[in-house]
Amino acid sequence: MRALSVMLAACLLVFTCPLLAQAIDPLPFKDHAEEVRFQQLTRELRCLVCQNENLADSNADLARDLRHEVFDQMQAGKSDAQIKQYLVDRYSDFVLYDPPVKPGTLLLWFGPLAMLLAGAGVVIFTVRKRARAPMPIDSATTDQGEDW
Amino acid sequence: MSRLIPFFGFLLLVALFGFGIWWNTQHDQREVPSPLINKPVPSYALPMLDDPSHTVTRDAMLGKPYLINVFGSWCIACGEEHPVLMTQGKNIGVPLVGYNYKDTPENAKAWLSQHGNPYDMIIVDAEGRTAIDFGVYGAPESFLVDAKGVIRYKHIGPLTDQVIANELKPAIAALGREMP
Repeated sequence: MRALSVMLAACLLVFTCPLLAQAIDPLPFKDHAEEVRFQQLTRELRCLVCQNENLADSNADLARDLRHEVFDQMQAGKSDAQIKQYLVDRYSDFVLYDPPVKPGTLLLWFGPLAMLLAGAGVVIFTVRKRARAPMPIDSATTDQGEDW
Repeated sequence: MSRLIPFFGFLLLVALFGFGIWWNTQHDQREVPSPLINKPVPSYALPMLDDPSHTVTRDAMLGKPYLINVFGSWCIACGEEHPVLMTQGKNIGVPLVGYNYKDTPENAKAWLSQHGNPYDMIIVDAEGRTAIDFGVYGAPESFLVDAKGVIRYKHIGPLTDQVIANELKPAIAALGREMP
């Protein structure tokens, strides 16, 4: 039994180590500020393979390539906006977690606000109408006897 | 009558969600429309699989339409697509250019000799760097390039008999009509 658990532990170690090594994926940042900028930028970009993950967290092969590309462009002195544009040119706005405001995304950006305003309008209308109408007999007061 | 209003609201929601479910069965959620459609093919210079000393460039390929098919021996969906390319590849009317993506030449050659080679020519992008310019995010992907070097159609995922008949062949036919 003991031998079995030791073997199991060994297996787990052997199989998980390569995964860890992949996830770390170190890049030669020249200082902490650069690393922070890199982390921030890759968090705002979507991985195309695992589409609910950002570039910073994704383990996909393509995400690693794109991280390297972002890193190389940072080294080349490109701004965040330029790097984002580079990726948008190739992968469309889909790579951005924050979709830009443009005619096609107006509903996305302002739809919820419009719904909220419409809801508020309905509430105000109903409340005013009820305030003006005579009070109906409250049914709750008539069936008090059944209350338990 | 006013008591029915919540019920109509409920019916509206049922219609909305039903439409959402129907829409999702008709569309691939993972498919990202390529911003490269109707734009020039990105410039590339990639070695040939059979002869790595020979480099194929975008400019050298101008003048004739062709279909780029991104594949890799590691890619499972490419294995599904492969028999379709073997039977249909010669019928589509344009040369089929294999784009060997993130693969080793040995694995690619072994895979092709095992399953057959549907390609007229194969170019190699072992690092996948040029593929970023093409906006490739998952093999297999296919790009139809016209004689002027403009991408006219892209398909993400395996080409099937239906996709070839309903999308690719009409796109190729549209190229033919423009030819002088």
